[in-house]
Amino acid sequence: MPPLIELRDLCKVFRTGGEELRVLDGVSLSVEAGEIFGIIGRSGAGKSTLVRCINALERPTAGTVHVGGQEVSALRGRALREARHGIGMIFQHFNLLASRTVAANVALPLELAGKSRAEVAAAVRPLLELVGLSGKRDRYPAELSGGEKQRVGIARALATRPAVLLCDEATSALDPETTRSILGLLRDVNRRLGITIVLITHELAVIQEICARVAVLDHGAVVEQGSVFDVFTAPASEVTRALLREELEPSLPAELAARLRAGGAPGTPVVRVTFTGPAAETPVLAEAVRRHGVLFNIAQAHIDHLQERAHGFAVLEVLGEERAVADALAFVRASGFRVEVLGHVRSDARVVA
Amino acid sequence: MSGAMLGLLLEAFGETLAMVAASSAVATVLGLPLGVVLVVTGPGHVLPHPALHRSLGALVNAGRSTPFIILLVAVIPFTRLVVGTSIGTAAAIVPLTVAAIPFVARLAEAALREVDPGLIEAAQAMGATPRQVVLKVLVPEALPGLVAAATITVVNLISYSAMAGAVGGGGLGDVGIRYGYQRFQPAVMAAVVIILVALVQGVQSAGDRLAHRLDRRLARARRA
Repeated sequence: MPPLIELRDLCKVFRTGGEELRVLDGVSLSVEAGEIFGIIGRSGAGKSTLVRCINALERPTAGTVHVGGQEVSALRGRALREARHGIGMIFQHFNLLASRTVAANVALPLELAGKSRAEVAAAVRPLLELVGLSGKRDRYPAELSGGEKQRVGIARALATRPAVLLCDEATSALDPETTRSILGLLRDVNRRLGITIVLITHELAVIQEICARVAVLDHGAVVEQGSVFDVFTAPASEVTRALLREELEPSLPAELAARLRAGGAPGTPVVRVTFTGPAAETPVLAEAVRRHGVLFNIAQAHIDHLQERAHGFAVLEVLGEERAVADALAFVRASGFRVEVLGHVRSDARVVA
Repeated sequence: MSGAMLGLLLEAFGETLAMVAASSAVATVLGLPLGVVLVVTGPGHVLPHPALHRSLGALVNAGRSTPFIILLVAVIPFTRLVVGTSIGTAAAIVPLTVAAIPFVARLAEAALREVDPGLIEAAQAMGATPRQVVLKVLVPEALPGLVAAATITVVNLISYSAMAGAVGGGGLGDVGIRYGYQRFQPAVMAAVVIILVALVQGVQSAGDRLAHRLDRRLARARRA
């Protein structure tokens, strides 16, 4: 089956005054029907422009956008408006009409599509049930919390029964708990209605929570893409590594960072071991200690479960004979873990063994 | 104050109301769409059209910058064409309307521009036509602002209508000038001023109340 959404060599150049700003620079992506696809990048990476090309709110300067086999980027007028009925969108700031009640906001896309009053009423009720807002149908947006507003946004986006739901930083204005509940709703919508979701965010946690595949966008180009597990456990690009470092791993403890800056080679190496893959479930470090007679002093560690697989890192001081240390690290590497030497610190009284 | 004078004031009050009501109504009917066109033809809006946008803008500015007393006589040929005469209350309605149209257009434009562009984008993402964007999103969302604009227009027309005496339009201002000023009857002048102040106060507070009632942007206590 061909992908539901296919972007080919997408370029977008904005001209302001005499200056040219290349926001998208040859982006190619495909999104399969029924999946939740994430696009992550820093602000200014071109995410918003990219997602707006999918429903032609932005026209690409070059390249094509296909949704469901239709070249959306070539559509105009009526054909484009009809195609847009098949692509729902939710926004960071919800974009609800303040003058309309919850029910009337959800009804808006149906009114725009020319549905009769009876059809609209019949469609709105189950949508409000789906997002858990039946009790607030006659309230105005100003009377709702952020999470409730986004639920209205989701119900509204689903009203025309689209095949695709675009989420433009949909949880960035929400607190972590509300974010989880909105992501839960999106996952539910994806599973129950089979709707394909394309989500852009700058938050790693959002991608990890619900996406199966991810593309990392930087300076208007896709620097890597693949399954969330592969991309985040074995990042191939510096941008992804930086995102991971900043968001997944807390920064090094100040005390250790200071000692690393002071240096001390040859001294005790400080390494960062990243646990991934099946070996993450086995006691590799304990085995290294047993075989090579080294000691690990754990400075910092974090283990997470990404889609039911263990993933994490530990920052370790490795104490022992120089030769034994090298052998132990080689053993850890051979077991499938990534080992980065962060630096050396002066050996001190910590060696007790 | 004599009974005759009271009758005169009452008649003038009626003329003022007639002039203000008719010119407000016509100016709103013509000025509001003009304001909508000014907004939607602007850069990056739903129907961008730089040439139309600029020329309408220039026309509106020309109308706004012409002093009313000059406009009053300048449009006399047009007035004669519309109402058949250039003298009287009906004849005064024409220049009042002509003066108010660009005024309404600019105020409406300002109110419509206040609508969050995100809402327009959302409507477009839902497949709205430009017409639907205007009727279903722009105007309903700007309604409190549009009501405020209409209120300002009515208040301004009350003030302008005082000059209608120059073309025999009658009205309170005319009575104030002819009796209060030219015939040295300060009681008449005071009565005219008090009536006008009360009228403006009434219009302003009614407009404010309506605008507030239409405004759903702020959460407020709900009736149980």
